[in-house]
Amino acid sequence: MANPQKAAVLPGSTKAAPAQTTSMATIAPLAGWLLPGLGHFIQRRYLRGLLLMLSVFIMFFAGLGMQGKVYSFNTGDLLDILGFIGDLGSGLLYFAARIMDWGIGNIHRAVADYGTKYIVVAGLLNFIAAVDAHHIAIGKKP
Amino acid sequence: MTFELSHFNAALLFALCASTVFGITQRSTPRDMFRYGAYCFALFVGGVIVAAWAMWMIKH
Repeated sequence: MANPQKAAVLPGSTKAAPAQTTSMATIAPLAGWLLPGLGHFIQRRYLRGLLLMLSVFIMFFAGLGMQGKVYSFNTGDLLDILGFIGDLGSGLLYFAARIMDWGIGNIHRAVADYGTKYIVVAGLLNFIAAVDAHHIAIGKKP
Repeated sequence: MTFELSHFNAALLFALCASTVFGITQRSTPRDMFRYGAYCFALFVGGVIVAAWAMWMIKH
């Protein structure tokens, strides 16, 4: 049975505006994931984008500098799988690290374990930033 | 490329970057962003200092 209330709120004239919002709502988080801060840049939030980019880049490269490990795709230990998902959040930085063979890890240095966590957290922070870019695109946040 | 940081400096850098992202993403106005970022930074650093003293007291 058709719902008359639903039918009433679906007039053809209101379809153009949501379609525009939807494209940016998809592009912004995707761009933000691929390059940290880009999702904010393309929505003209330059300062926020720059600060987010700096935070994620500094954490990622500081982690590599501390000889942290970059996880590759795996189906083994649960923590390794979660580490891979966290690392993947850095977008192109992650793929660059894999291609360039960065982040081999060094089990002989205590600070290398911090580096591994830095790299994972850089990715997780970038996920949050990408969701924020989505919220800006849909008008939930100024 | 290696990067030498003491444990405390590593914790400070972590706190700075994480609180910057938290401040920007969890609040709407620039003033609130700054305040929340500073609040998170203080909690991170305060947590490190409290945890360090707790471990020292457990050891002694």
